Formats: sequence, structure tokens, C-alpha cells
Amino acid sequence: MIRFILIRLLQAIPVLLIISVVTFAMVRTAPGGPFDQEVKMQDEVKAAIEAHYGLDKSAIEQYFVWLGNALQGDLGPSFKYPNRSVHELIGDAFPVSLELGIWAMLVALTLGVGAGLIASTRPNTSRDYLPMSIAMFGICIPRFVMGPLLILVFSIYLQWYNSSGWFFASDRVLPALTMGIYYAAYVARLTRGGMLEVLGQDYIRTARAKGADEKRIIFKHAFKGGMRPVVSFFGPAMANLLAGSFIVESIFQIPGLGRYFIMAAFNRDYFLIQGTVMTYAVLIIVLNLLADILLVWLSPRLRFD
Amino acid sequence: MNLKETLKVLLGGSLFFAVSILLLYVLSGFGDRPRLADDGAKRQILHIANGSEPSGIDTHLTTGVTEHAIQMALTEGLVSEDPVNLDPVPGIAHSWDTSEDGTVYTFHLRDALWSNGDPITAQDFVLSFKRALSPKLGNEYTYMLYYLVNGEAFFKGEVEFNEVGAKALDDKTLQLTINEPTPFFLSLLNHHSWYPVHVATVLENGDLDSRSNKWAREDTFVGNGPFVIDEWKVNNVFSVRKNPLYWDADRVKLQGIRFYPLESLDTEERAFRAGQVHKTDKLPLPKIPFYIERNDPNLLLAPYLGSYHYSINTTRPPFNDKRVRQALSLSIDRESIVKNVSRAGEQAAYSIVPPDCAGYTPRQLFEKDIVKAQRLLAEAGFPGGEGFPEFNILYNTLESHKSIAEAIQQMWRKNLGIDVGLENQEWKVYLTSKMNMDYDIARYGWIGDYVDPTTFLGLYTSYSGNNNSGWGSQEYDDLLAKAAKAKSLEERMEYFHQAEKILADESPFIPIYYYMSSYLLDSRIKGWYPNLLDHHPYKYVYFEE
Repeated sequence: MIRFILIRLLQAIPVLLIISVVTFAMVRTAPGGPFDQEVKMQDEVKAAIEAHYGLDKSAIEQYFVWLGNALQGDLGPSFKYPNRSVHELIGDAFPVSLELGIWAMLVALTLGVGAGLIASTRPNTSRDYLPMSIAMFGICIPRFVMGPLLILVFSIYLQWYNSSGWFFASDRVLPALTMGIYYAAYVARLTRGGMLEVLGQDYIRTARAKGADEKRIIFKHAFKGGMRPVVSFFGPAMANLLAGSFIVESIFQIPGLGRYFIMAAFNRDYFLIQGTVMTYAVLIIVLNLLADILLVWLSPRLRFD
Repeated sequence: MNLKETLKVLLGGSLFFAVSILLLYVLSGFGDRPRLADDGAKRQILHIANGSEPSGIDTHLTTGVTEHAIQMALTEGLVSEDPVNLDPVPGIAHSWDTSEDGTVYTFHLRDALWSNGDPITAQDFVLSFKRALSPKLGNEYTYMLYYLVNGEAFFKGEVEFNEVGAKALDDKTLQLTINEPTPFFLSLLNHHSWYPVHVATVLENGDLDSRSNKWAREDTFVGNGPFVIDEWKVNNVFSVRKNPLYWDADRVKLQGIRFYPLESLDTEERAFRAGQVHKTDKLPLPKIPFYIERNDPNLLLAPYLGSYHYSINTTRPPFNDKRVRQALSLSIDRESIVKNVSRAGEQAAYSIVPPDCAGYTPRQLFEKDIVKAQRLLAEAGFPGGEGFPEFNILYNTLESHKSIAEAIQQMWRKNLGIDVGLENQEWKVYLTSKMNMDYDIARYGWIGDYVDPTTFLGLYTSYSGNNNSGWGSQEYDDLLAKAAKAKSLEERMEYFHQAEKILADESPFIPIYYYMSSYLLDSRIKGWYPNLLDHHPYKYVYFEE
């Protein structure tokens, strides 16, 4: 297993390098610069700022300077927030996205796996149709509708929660639901599919024939195998959850990572774009690796090679 | 499936639903939290939705309205603003004398303190101005200090700083010498680029002229305004509390202000309705008519010092012919645009300077005149729009800009028989196109920096960096230069009127409307007066007991 992990990590190095070069090239070739504003900047002022950030050097030189600094853990300054470094901005935002992502994942797993299990035990009955219709509904309602809807009911009418902000424990509830319900719907359908496939297998029939209790069959024998599609879905989905969602973060004003992705691109905040993209890339690589390890554990037929 | 089974499913479903709702309720802390707005009104704490995360609070590095809203709480300049009409009133300077020729101002500073207890001296101001003008810092508002004698020369490295017109005569006397008499000079001092910084703190954290100097952060910042920083959580809240060392602390009734960087207009409107903020930054455009109709007591609508217009690229034919430009301008029904399209109470514009700008109101030099427009277009060689080349209106991607462009597209088609395409570009791409004059007609929003007609009229001088029309006139430039040296207010205004006449005749741009500020403001707030710059010095703001 260690060999497997090492190989995967080694493979990650060229992937990350390529991503960094492509991002760098795309960002620098986009029209408009970080210091373009409605009011034209004096040429001397612009030159002074560009010199300060090393933007007067050639693109190739700039890339290697960035790479050298990044390898030492310095992701450069932010243009938009001259008092803060990219490292600091991402460092502050990531724990928030992480926390929200974990809450959302819990919502997704609890609701999704629960609904999927209920549905799979009585396929093609109302016990299947009801949760699956709700799940379809959850997939179809976009988050920018779900979020305001929850706010309307729980903040404006019932006044139970703040409509936005990230201050109290209760501020986690609505955003986690908004994000979680969306994923719960997928998880429910994947769980149902996975469980149905496993429940149709010979060893389950054998267990039933031996007179095993239905609960025991589902949780002891089928569950582990039935969760495989959910696990492989959750690798990349988890990266998405943890990297933050611009939509949910804007609706609820959450100081997470997702908004930097979008705002940095709009502001042409070069180092911040580079920093967020690399963070996301690393997240995906690590979480995919974890998902693969988990899959091998769930399915003895797979091996680490 | 039998009836019993169905009932079981329904019962299970409702039970699950009931438990979830109960759980949500418990998680909310039983719903007995006081609403922030009510709590704030009781404790004199103002909760403001402030647009976006401030890029910083260093007065020499920031440019935006968001930042200024916070800087006003933390820093005070030589003069301050009257909350009603924005006239300069004593700030850190308790009084000032002006030389007879109007070029030398001598300020007498009061015994005021920085928030760390240091006395504020004239030297602090001199060094602050030196920093603001230093070439390495990259201060985007350097030009605001070019009014000082040799300000520009120092920035360009031509003279030493001791030749610049800013001198500390003693600890409490500051003398500023400006290039020529400037009637709005005192108002100008309220611009944040003229605010002082605590130089010792700046130096403790790095070079005086380094952009990366980290002096202006929550743990290091030293200010001199009515409030000091309490907490600064990026993208979450910027919180300030009353500064007991402020010279006019007795007047300050608010105990604190919380600025929330609510970027989405819908989010801030919801926060207001949920009782979390006392003021929104703006209002989603489609909702303004609804609030107007309902006569909502929390809606604030007030003229704002800004001009929404279309700039014409006069270097491209057929727009190099002023008859074509006039025809385009004459054939637009502005009243209909503000009434039916933008619908936020804006005022239709026929000139660039908004009405009642420092006592100046432009004369209406033209009005909608379709017959004249058609005649001018025919004279220019395009009778009935025949043979008019294809061209585009360029705007940055935003629904409201699109609606206006569509309305104008329709008006030109109907009134002049010409077809115009619409082209939207992402903000930075649009800026680049505009700067490079890579457009035919471009949407342009111009917000005044200070209350004086020159902040608008200066835009179309031939030497202005923001004049992207390619049009310029020596006569026009001369009139503004004469206005700067005018002996009386009447004379000055008369030059402005003459300059506007040239603009109307040459039409390098098409005025559309004057901006309005439109936002929600809790009706319990007092001491908040609508004004052209939407500036509201917080020391006069309070909640009614």
C-alpha cells in the first residue's frame, strides 16, 4: 500500500506542474490587468506598482520566481488586498470551507444514505418512489434557489437563524443544508443503485436462504459493498465541498475559499488565482487517493496496483 | 401495496419531518436570539452592509467607496464635513487662515491625540503628504496632491521634498501652498488621500513608501478618528468601537459600528429584512420600484454625484462628424429611460455635471428633438439612416446596462432608422477596450471625487487620461483654465456654462441620467442626511432612545 501511495504522489508532481504552467499562461494572456480601473492610473504609478510586484520582468522569469517562492511556501502577495499574503488569505478561508464542507457532507450522508437504504429495501414500491422523487427534486433545485428559500422560511419568517454571516454555531445550519441537500440527492440515488446491485448477488441469496435476519443482511452483508459507488463519487465531490462554493458563500456571506476562486479571476489577482487553483488541485489529488484507498478496503477484489 | 403499508410510509415520513424541524429549532437556540438590528439600536451599535471586503485601510493605497466608509470612522483630516451639506468644518485643525491671493493656507491644529496617545503634530501631516507623493508607493490618488506647489515635480523626482508646498511652521501650525487659488481646496482635504497616517507606526513596520508595509492591520493600525478597530475578520466583519481619545468624543453617540462585506445585493437585502443590518449598501435594481410603490419608510433615495453616459469614439467615422453625434444624442428619450427602464428614481441628464453641484446647475442646452436629429443625420449623408455603417454599443456585463442599451438601440432604430449591435464584455476586458479606444460607443459611469463641477468637466479636457473619446478642444481647455483663475463665483460659473455649451455642441458623449443612491436605512437612525457624495460622518449618527 505504501508503494501505491508513493507512486500516486510521484505522479502528482508533473500534474501539479502542468496545472501551474497552464494557469499561469491563461491568467497572463487574459485581457485586462490587475490594476485597470474605471479611473485610468497614471503611467508612473502603474509602473511603480508593477515593479513592486515584479510584473515588469518577462513572463518566464515571473513564473520561475513564483515557482521558487511557492516551493518555499510563499504564494506571493495579493494585489487586491495589499496588506495580506495569498498564503494568509487561503489559510484563513480554508478552515471555514473545511468546516462547512464537513457539515454539508454529514447532511448529505445522513439524508442520502438513509433515503437510499429505505428505497433499496423495497424497490418499486411507494417506499422507493417517495424518497427517490424527493431526491430527484433535490437534484433539480439549484442551490441559488434552495438557499434563498431556506432563508425566507427560517430567517425572515420564523426568525430562527441569521440570514447570513459566520459567527454563531447556528449560522452553520442553513448553508450546510443548502449544500448538503444537493449532494444528498446524488448520494441517495447512488446508494439505492449500489445496494440493489449487491442485494441481487448470490451471497445475499445464500444469506437469506440460511434465514438471516433482514437487518443483518443489509447492514452486515450488503452495506459495505453497496457503498462503493458513493465512495467513488465522494472523492471528487468532497474536494468540491471542501474547496467551497461561490454560490453558497455569496448567499450566506461565508468567508470561505470558494469566493476567492471567482473574485480573484475577476480582479486579475494573479497570485491569488494561482494559489487557489493549486490548493484545489492538491485537494483533488489527495481526496481521490483517499477514495481509492477506501475503495480497496471496501472491495477485496481490488488490489493496490 | 395495501392501505396499512401506505399509512406506515406516510406516518414515518411525517415523523421524520417533525423530528427534523424540531432538531432545526433546537439548533437555532430556541429562536430567542435578539435581532441584531434591535439589539444594536438599543446599545447604539450600527450594523452596516458595506458592499465588499475592503482592500485595506491605508489611506494612501485605497481607492474605493467601501474602504472610504471605514476610513471615515478611523481617520480624520485637517477638516471634516458638515453632515448635511458636506461643507468643510474644523477637523484636526480648529481654524485656518488664507492668504489674500488664495494660495497659502495656514492651519492651526488642536491638541488632538492619535489612538495610541501620541499628540498629532503638523509634522505628521507633512510626512503623510510626503508618503502620499512618494513615487515608489504607487498611490493611485497622487494627483490629488498635485495642487501643492511642486507636488507633481516631487513625484516625478525633479525636486526634493523640502521644495513642496507643505511646511510645519511649528508643532501645531501647518502651512500649505497651492499652485493657484482653488475654491474647493478645503473640500478636497476631505478626500482620503489627504488624511494623515501615524508615521512612527508606518516606519516600525517597514519603509515609508513600501506597498507591502503591514502597518495598517488590525493589530498595528493607529488612527485619529472617532472610532478604533475592534476586530477585522477578512470577508466576515470589520468592527470598530468608540475611540475615547478622539478630540470630539463627547459628540460621538454610537458605541460601535460593524461593517459586513455583503457582496451580493440580494443577500444584503435579505439581511435587512431578517433584522441583521441597519443599512444596505445598495438595493437590487428590480426591487427598487417595489419599495417605491410601497412607500417604504426604510427606503432612502437621494441624488448621487455621478453621471451615467455613453462615450463616443470620435476618431472613427462616421462619429468624427459632430452632426452624427448630435443626432444620436437628440433622438434619445431620456425621460422614458429613467421612467421605464432604470426605474430607480434617477433624473434624466442633458449635461455631464449633476444639478446643484457646489451651487452650479447646468442649463438645459438641448432636449429630445427627433425632427432635428433626422435632419442632422441627413445632412451628414445618411438620410433616414441609409448607408449608416454597422456599429456597437459596448458595456460591461450587467443586466441593467443591457436593458438601457436595448432601449437606446430601439430608439435609434425607430427614430433614425439605424441599426446598432450590443456588445457586452467582462469588466476588465471592457476597461481595456475603453482605454485602448477599441469601441464605437461605450457605456461610461463617472462618479465625482469631490463636490465641484470640475470633477466632471475635467473628464473631457484634451489632457485627461480618462477622456477616451478622442475629442479635445483648446477652447474648452482654456475655459476651464480661466475658471480656475476666476475672481468671483459668478465668473467661475459662467466659464463652466460656456464650457458645457461646447460639450453640448460637440457631443463627444451622450448624457443619459444622473445617479441616485438607493438603499435601505433603518428608520430609527438619526443624524444621517442624504447628500451628493453619500458621506455620513459617523460622529453625528445615533439611534433615537
